[in-house]
Amino acid sequence: MPWHIFAIALKELLALLRDPRSRLVLIGPPIAQLLVFGYAATFDLNHVPVAIHNEDGGGAGRELIARIAGSPHFDVVAQPTRDEQIAPLIDNKKVLLVVHLDQRFSADLLRGQTATLQAILDGRNSNTAMLALNYLRAILLDFNRDWAMQQGQRGPPAVLRTRAWYNADLNSRWFIVPGIVGLLTLVVTLVVTALSVAREREQGTFDQLLVTPLRPVEILIGKALPGVLIGVLEASFIIALAVLWFEIPLRGGIGALYVGVLLFLLSAVGVGLVISAISVTQQQAVLGAFLFLVPAVILSGFATPIANMPEVVQWLTYLDPLRYFLIVVRGVFLEGDGYALLLNQYWPMAIIGVVSLAAAGWLFRHRMY
Amino acid sequence: MSFVGGGRRVTALDGVSVRLKPGAVTGLIGPDGAGKTTLMRLAAGLLAADSGRIEVLGIDVAREPQRVQSAIGYMPQRFGLYEDLSVGENLELYADMQGVPRPMRAARYQELTRMTGLAPFTKRLAGRLSGGMKQKLGLACALVRPPRLLLLDEPTVGVDPVSRRELWSIVYGQVKAAGMTVLLSTAYLDEAERCAEVILLHEGRLLGQEAPAEFSQPLVGRTFVLRLEGMSTRALQSRLARVPGVLDALVTGDRVRIVAGEGFVPETATLLADHPTARIESVAPRFEDAFVARLKGQDGVHGAPPKVSMTIAGEVDDEVIRVRDLERRFGDFRAVKGISFSVKRGEIFGLLGANGAGKTTTFRMLCGLLPASRGELAVAGHDLRRAGARARRSIGYMAQRFSLYGNLTVMQNLRFFSSAYGLRGRHRAERIRWALDGFELDDYQDVNAGLLPLGYKQRLAFAVALMHQPAILFLDEPTSGVDPLARREFWARTNALAEAGVTVLVTTHFMEEANYCDRLVIMADGEVLAAGRPREIRQRARTQDSPDPSMEDAFIALVQGREVAA
Repeated sequence: MPWHIFAIALKELLALLRDPRSRLVLIGPPIAQLLVFGYAATFDLNHVPVAIHNEDGGGAGRELIARIAGSPHFDVVAQPTRDEQIAPLIDNKKVLLVVHLDQRFSADLLRGQTATLQAILDGRNSNTAMLALNYLRAILLDFNRDWAMQQGQRGPPAVLRTRAWYNADLNSRWFIVPGIVGLLTLVVTLVVTALSVAREREQGTFDQLLVTPLRPVEILIGKALPGVLIGVLEASFIIALAVLWFEIPLRGGIGALYVGVLLFLLSAVGVGLVISAISVTQQQAVLGAFLFLVPAVILSGFATPIANMPEVVQWLTYLDPLRYFLIVVRGVFLEGDGYALLLNQYWPMAIIGVVSLAAAGWLFRHRMY
Repeated sequence: MSFVGGGRRVTALDGVSVRLKPGAVTGLIGPDGAGKTTLMRLAAGLLAADSGRIEVLGIDVAREPQRVQSAIGYMPQRFGLYEDLSVGENLELYADMQGVPRPMRAARYQELTRMTGLAPFTKRLAGRLSGGMKQKLGLACALVRPPRLLLLDEPTVGVDPVSRRELWSIVYGQVKAAGMTVLLSTAYLDEAERCAEVILLHEGRLLGQEAPAEFSQPLVGRTFVLRLEGMSTRALQSRLARVPGVLDALVTGDRVRIVAGEGFVPETATLLADHPTARIESVAPRFEDAFVARLKGQDGVHGAPPKVSMTIAGEVDDEVIRVRDLERRFGDFRAVKGISFSVKRGEIFGLLGANGAGKTTTFRMLCGLLPASRGELAVAGHDLRRAGARARRSIGYMAQRFSLYGNLTVMQNLRFFSSAYGLRGRHRAERIRWALDGFELDDYQDVNAGLLPLGYKQRLAFAVALMHQPAILFLDEPTSGVDPLARREFWARTNALAEAGVTVLVTTHFMEEANYCDRLVIMADGEVLAAGRPREIRQRARTQDSPDPSMEDAFIALVQGREVAA
């Protein structure tokens, strides 16, 4: 590596690491976000507060209630005894779900008739309501089957037997935490590189740099290298935490994962430097970085499936490097994908990286104010 | 009063006690970092003092800042004009904010716009005004409701001499007509003499509060000017500065002004034994003499800076920089309107003018940082914008505000820039040593560049520009904001470089510094007003009333001459 490029990269790293505020940006938010995302962002619903209004008193009713109370998904927090006590519980968000067994529940069952179980849901958040209902359905399904067996009846005509591959417990943390590797690495590298030129423009040192014999391409590489280096460290740190702390299985090879990390960083650094070359002040750079980040995250499939988006928006996702990297990182973690399977994710990131870096290099000399 | 920043506590004002004379202009004078702005902001109730007490118009500022703020007018350094509003709308806005009763407004606006000469421009956007007009509008806004105390923080910095004089006459008009009390801070020492009283600050400490004449009183009989035929003023100055007993030597016009140390009598024999024809005249001391004498008393002995030696090959009289019909447009605004000049090897060439005159734009085009809209330019035979990286190796560049990496140490800055210029190994180590020794930066090696005192920042920026021994040196406002001592030192170094054959292109808004240049152009509104040797330009302004005009007089005469012609 030519000597000058090394000098710029060294200067960039020093400028970054000697500033207590930017040191904090590198270390604080990633840890905080990892904890927040790792623990708080989950599609699984646990400890849903429920109320049970049991007017029945029979053995079958008690058996069903015991199953609900024993489920990790539900917490029985109230046992109303009159109908009019139900409404306030839902209105004040004390419970999400009220299960009501009427007086004839056990009697009907014993008589061999169909017994009804009423569920009242708080529909204000339809997503959670549906999830809670699904858990309740699963419990009821089990209950029905067991009841039929005890009574010597034949079971239901057809039963569904599910087995989830790659994630046997359908634990949503397994889906989210590998995604965070992409998300946080993107945030940190984008902010670091977006600030790098803007900071120099603001302080006037960029002019000083441009009048030296350094070529724009040398400045570009010198500024990109620290971004990539920091990104690799950041990604490794989060990967390590994902494996060691969150115990997500890493089924694929490290090599295939790191090829993805490097190409992803190339594109992130390129986008960051384009934003930086356009911005005149650091404030504009941070704003520009977030203007890119928010759609990049939404369009990446981090939380919502790309297949659900309108077709035009789906085309847009092809411009988003995070889209490809999420496939790589989830593929390697959960499926154990190798190089060959990921090739179609590698090359788009490489193209985004090369094009954006070229644009940044051109802008260095041509963006004048 | 102290601030904490970058892990270091800075005491901005240290036990300062002053009392302002009512109904008069008091000047707050001192170099950058002296504590002028801090004092202003304390008086305006915008900062709280660590200890001590401030009373403004009989009100305790710490206890009732609101009451003080509604009784005073304050114009900060960068006055908050709304650039997208017109002159009239800006006045209206400030009148609203200060609660000026509606019926009184029309008359007040009329008076203010007449006084500031802005009456024909009330519909123009504030952003489209020249630097001087902006300052005048700022002053008008601060005066929209006549305050009893007016605080002006460096209202004249970077403003052209004509507007500076106008600003002063507006301020004096207010003092006379309304009995207003004014506290005005400035870095221009010549403005001190226009004040009734001067508060002199240096590094947070009060050096004195007296009438300007009293400051210079102790120097009566110790200030002289010298003229010597056959020796350039620059050479004479650098020689005199080395004579023990001479406290200060300064080029003014085509003579050298010296301040003698106590008990030293300057005679041809003691000063210039080999030049008996030198003429020495005694002159009245100026405020600047007193200031420099006091500062030198503070810092102990402050000898001439060590010689900076460099050797540049090439023929004298080569044309090193050529500019022809250079033009630069920003949208429909023409910042530089077809200027031409050329610079010869080993010359110090000055670009003079107020802020917004087009100096910096010209400068950036020459360095290849900005493309020209039209015209030709060549630096050492290249257009630096198109030439390869190698051509840039022949120039050194020192940007406005001394652009350095603030959170890198002095040593790290030197290392980085020397590598950027392609220096390696032993040669690099030698140049770094040269910079540390030649610019007396040895003790500051491990200090972050951002925390250096301004004078040292200037030295480091200068050293950085010289690491690779460039044949051409571009210096953009190298002396702005630094104290008079650092300015003298800077010019001594620049002279030495020019003697060694380095071509120097320098911009400045200090008109008096033009005297250090071999040749110069004066710019205004993107045009060249005058070009030539300092002496020729000064002589254009010679009249019977002023047989020996200063560069500032010459500038004003030129501007007024152009307005008459237009």
